[in-house]
Amino acid sequence: MRTLEQTTQEILELAAKHFKAAPGSLHAEDDFYKKLGIDSLQALELLSRLENHFHIELPDYEVQGVSDFKTLAERVQARL
Amino acid sequence: MLDLSKYSSIGEAVRDALETWPREVCLYESDRGEEKQRITYREFKERALPLAKWLQDTGFHAGDRASIIMTNQSKWLISAYAIFYCGGTLVPLDYKLKPEEQWTLLKHSDASVLITEYPIWRQLSGSPGRAEARKFKFVLVTEAPGNADLAGATEWESAKGIDPPRFVPRKRQELACIVYSSGTGGTPKGCMMTHENYLQQCVALTSLYPFWPGVKYLSILPTNHAIDFMVGFFGPFICGAAVVHLRTLRPEFVREAFTKYQITYVSLVPLVLKNLQKGLQTRFDELPPAKRRLFDRLRNINKAFTQSRLTLPLSRLLLKQVHAAFGGKLEAIIVGGAFTEPQTLQFFYDLGLPVANGYGLTEAGTAVTVNDLHPFRADTVGKPLPGMEVRILNPDTDGIGQVSVRSKTVMAGYLNEPELTAQTIVDGWLMTGDMGRFDSTGHLQLFGRKKNMIVTEEGKNVYAEDVEQAFEGLAVKEYCVFAANYIWPSRSMVGEQLVLVIHLDHGQQFTDDLRKEIAARNNRLINYKRVHGIVLYNDDFPLTASLKIIRVALAERLGKLEREQAILPV
Repeated sequence: MRTLEQTTQEILELAAKHFKAAPGSLHAEDDFYKKLGIDSLQALELLSRLENHFHIELPDYEVQGVSDFKTLAERVQARL
Repeated sequence: MLDLSKYSSIGEAVRDALETWPREVCLYESDRGEEKQRITYREFKERALPLAKWLQDTGFHAGDRASIIMTNQSKWLISAYAIFYCGGTLVPLDYKLKPEEQWTLLKHSDASVLITEYPIWRQLSGSPGRAEARKFKFVLVTEAPGNADLAGATEWESAKGIDPPRFVPRKRQELACIVYSSGTGGTPKGCMMTHENYLQQCVALTSLYPFWPGVKYLSILPTNHAIDFMVGFFGPFICGAAVVHLRTLRPEFVREAFTKYQITYVSLVPLVLKNLQKGLQTRFDELPPAKRRLFDRLRNINKAFTQSRLTLPLSRLLLKQVHAAFGGKLEAIIVGGAFTEPQTLQFFYDLGLPVANGYGLTEAGTAVTVNDLHPFRADTVGKPLPGMEVRILNPDTDGIGQVSVRSKTVMAGYLNEPELTAQTIVDGWLMTGDMGRFDSTGHLQLFGRKKNMIVTEEGKNVYAEDVEQAFEGLAVKEYCVFAANYIWPSRSMVGEQLVLVIHLDHGQQFTDDLRKEIAARNNRLINYKRVHGIVLYNDDFPLTASLKIIRVALAERLGKLEREQAILPV
């Protein structure tokens, strides 16, 4: 079982790869909308990547209003 | 289509629809590309009536209010019909709001019943706002896991009465819904919509964009939104058409749904439409040069043939692959919730994919004007729908003034807000707060707003006052939030932003710490509600005798500042 820190780290790496950000440039507290310059639809794309990576189902509703990686990681962790 | 002049209420019309097309499919539900269920009109009735009976058995009476907070799915519509069947008033709320915001609106609406989904209820029941909402008789929760703690709620699936329920008729002038157009932080604006409002709006809209058995409408906008309620529930149902629900709105599954279900209509907000445009443009740009030249030629031929009138069969033939990606049966993309840029509209029209843009607001019963495509005019929001009187108040030398509307679709007023209602509906005319003018062919063009609000590309109405709470207790003398265009009127409907105006205490400096504090509070707001700049104002705010800020006067004073220089980054 992953720790929350490991989950967070994997999410940061996936997000950096998917949105072509420099590796290591993203941090847990970052607002991903601002930092990556993405809109809500692009955020949904990221969810699909997370589902495939972690082998979980993450309903859209679970991440409504979430805008930082840390909270996103907590939501993912709760479903692992 | 049913003849709606014969009916007095939504419930009565839908009741007849269920009898008229018993074998037609009315709902498709798909999750991650897999169809989970399809429901006929007969099955819809068989699921809704036991729920209606259960509601009646538990003391839900005519005029009682019941709220639905759900994602787009079959149980939303089944529950809504059950509420109407009992003569109840529906309070549809946005599932995307925060739990405390939902409680605020639930309390304000005076709803005694809540129907929601388990994940939403989990958050709602744990939120402190619950303690204040004492009026609730019961909560129904859908899709709860077997061993879940329902925190006092009842499982929706078990809420079934045995005998047939009694249909409770309603008059046209009675309340059908209370729809919140805003007000989660400031004054809740609960639009009181009557059955008459919906019946009239439905007749007007379907006269331009008809539904029929076999039509499949893809429901993406939240059903609590006036547009989806009309074109994703009431409109299709009274015509024997079907609605497709997706349990996740990830772009890949939305794309797949178009081809899988051969969608006829879909409603989108401008943000999603622009995203589609971007995706298509990238694909066109990636075509090998020879194919690209061929494609451009075909698009130009299509443009020439469809300039004055849309010819869908020809467009589908010429631009086969593009249309195939949308399922090949798409009649129109309805775009609403916010202003759409003309170039985006034109992009789709040139591909033979008409975008039915328009102009509307919840207070006017959704759409006021709609592009009728005869001819398509990307630079306007179309002509008034049948039954809508639209006039421009106090036009300036360019003919631009406030758009006002008189129609049977205009709401009865704002719930519990007689003063606000009196300011908004004057002598039967709805003051929209939007600025516009008619061109020589009777098409409406919009030029900014008169009101202190913004509308985002996602179709979110954000009133400046609603955001102020986030800055409560900020260490400054006084502060206020404004739509930048309210201070500095602009003739644009895109890129609207909010600004925080602060008046520092005597001798106080605008320090980096203060800026950080503002940024931190701002970041706690959901992204579309955030302010985009800070304006420093060195004078006392004009106040009423009861110490409320006189916003109009303050905006006027601020307007004397140079916009570009006045707005500092957050």
